[in-house]
Amino acid sequence: MSDKRLTFKKRLHILKHHYRGKKMAPAFNALHTFLFAPDETTHSGSHVRAADDLKRTMNTVIMALVPVLIFSMFNAGYQHYSAINGFPQDFSLMNDFLTWDNFWIGIIKVLPLLVVSYGVGLLVEFIFAVIKGHEVEEGYLVTGMLVPLIVPIDTPLWMLAVAVVFGVVIGKEVFGGTGMNILNPALTIRAFLFFAYPTWMSGDKVWVYQAVERAGGPDAISGETILGYLAQNKAAEMSYSVSDMFFGFIPGSVGETSTFLILLGGLFLIFSKIASWRIMLSAVIGSLVMGLVFNGVVDAGWIGETSKFYGLMSFEFWKHLIVGGLAFGIVYMATDPVTGAQTNRGKWFYGFFIGFLSVMIRVFNPAYPEGVFLAILLMNVFAPTIDHYVVRGNVKRRMKRLKNATILPKDSEGKANELHAETV
Amino acid sequence: MALLTKKDASLITDPLADNNPITIQVLGICSALAITAELKASVVMAVSVLFVLALGNVVISLMRNIIPSKIRIIVQLIVVATLVIIVDQVLKAFAYELSKTLSVFVGLIITNCIIMGRFEAFALGNGPWRSFLDGIGNALGYGVILVIVGFFRELLGSGTLFGYPVLGNPIEKTGLYSIGYENNGFMIIPPAALIVVGIIIWVQRSRNPALVEDH
Repeated sequence: MSDKRLTFKKRLHILKHHYRGKKMAPAFNALHTFLFAPDETTHSGSHVRAADDLKRTMNTVIMALVPVLIFSMFNAGYQHYSAINGFPQDFSLMNDFLTWDNFWIGIIKVLPLLVVSYGVGLLVEFIFAVIKGHEVEEGYLVTGMLVPLIVPIDTPLWMLAVAVVFGVVIGKEVFGGTGMNILNPALTIRAFLFFAYPTWMSGDKVWVYQAVERAGGPDAISGETILGYLAQNKAAEMSYSVSDMFFGFIPGSVGETSTFLILLGGLFLIFSKIASWRIMLSAVIGSLVMGLVFNGVVDAGWIGETSKFYGLMSFEFWKHLIVGGLAFGIVYMATDPVTGAQTNRGKWFYGFFIGFLSVMIRVFNPAYPEGVFLAILLMNVFAPTIDHYVVRGNVKRRMKRLKNATILPKDSEGKANELHAETV
Repeated sequence: MALLTKKDASLITDPLADNNPITIQVLGICSALAITAELKASVVMAVSVLFVLALGNVVISLMRNIIPSKIRIIVQLIVVATLVIIVDQVLKAFAYELSKTLSVFVGLIITNCIIMGRFEAFALGNGPWRSFLDGIGNALGYGVILVIVGFFRELLGSGTLFGYPVLGNPIEKTGLYSIGYENNGFMIIPPAALIVVGIIIWVQRSRNPALVEDH
């Protein structure tokens, strides 16, 4: 690591020293210990160890997720009451959104999802740790936090429990546990739910609390997502502004709505060097490219307004990033270091295709106008292949360079050749 | 098992467990994925393969000394094809609905790797009685897995067994459905069979570590 670049860790370290002996010292100490101190220390000799072990990595991701979780709890209530009373005319953040009533809905709906996710998941991990005789690994800490954020709010708890068991056992433990899995466990859980119980995972009634019960009532307002409206070519009926979409006052899976907070979380993860900015950036580029292609198709007049793809294809390309789960998927799912590409060059391809395929599946999937989780799972499968070819390409290039170096004419002292051979 | 010598008996018992055609030899996977969404189809498929494999093994074994080795595959194909057509016609005559469910997969018994595999590996080198037992054993080993997979897929996916609703009625919300249970749509689609077969392989190999391949 170069000395010029101050990492978050170093800054914290400097701050810690700066505040030593002062009143605020315990706070910085605690933050430093929580984030970076390793869970095991050496007892003899002087050993240099990287302190950002698995536990610190996981904790950092969880901290990046907490704002999203809290927002989602308020949004759960906000969507619920807006579906009953209509959306407030003059929206004020304090009076209409950050209210106790809204938060209460979050507590009774989102919290149980979180508890079931952690409870069942950690139980499975614990059982496997006992059977296989290894320590319980921290891998599930992040998965357990992600799971409630990527399911519809009305998901029955027993379904979530079944899916978590499936996801942890088939998605992770059969491959050897934390760090060995091919597929992202949280997305495996979502995919299982989607294919096993499609009526609970799609449609216009699952994204808002009690929408099923209200359906058919006199003041029934559909809890359709924005992508759902677009897929049915009903963009005109949509009453959400761009800022609604960006800040997340829209229906959707529990935690996916607020692009703003996800963006902050993403910046935090990049800043703390936990997640790869290459994957995030290339995924954004990929989705924009695909969106531009679809916009181009519409502009060229190749499909008419009656086409069933018109709604989603004519959606401005950059807006794909602020609706649905794309932003959430890019920041928290695609960057999973275990299931993603490992090589820097590979990360560009891996991320690009995640964005590219997400938007493509969104537009072309007739049953379900969202495809982020499918795109990421697909690229999870291809990540090792991408890495393989990146490494092969690197080997080939170096072989070529070696060959060129050896056929260079020798100068009088043979020095140039030696120099070349060293850099190869 | 007084009827059979120990050696002959192992021809039947081995493929049921430690030399199972599906879980150990990993043959015949395609049909195991395709037709196991219902228990009934699984059982019929298992019986059909039993018939074809047992008789086919005997026929090939009887002809083993007169088949020129250069054209043996073609001879084997003709024998399987004949037997499969018999099965297909019988199904169409007596169980037409079921034959529609099984559709091409009865015809595709011809290409089931287990059958050609046993012809090649066993019937060409052994007498008719031992070949018959080997055919029975391998077909049973195949059938057992099919029935296990079919049982779980139909029970969890449709809530029925042999078409009989064992968990209650999902539309009128009786039985288990009255407390919010729902059928698992994932078990209906073929990839679920892959996962169920995978779990069986997992359980089998963790009970008998000797089966785990070295890498």
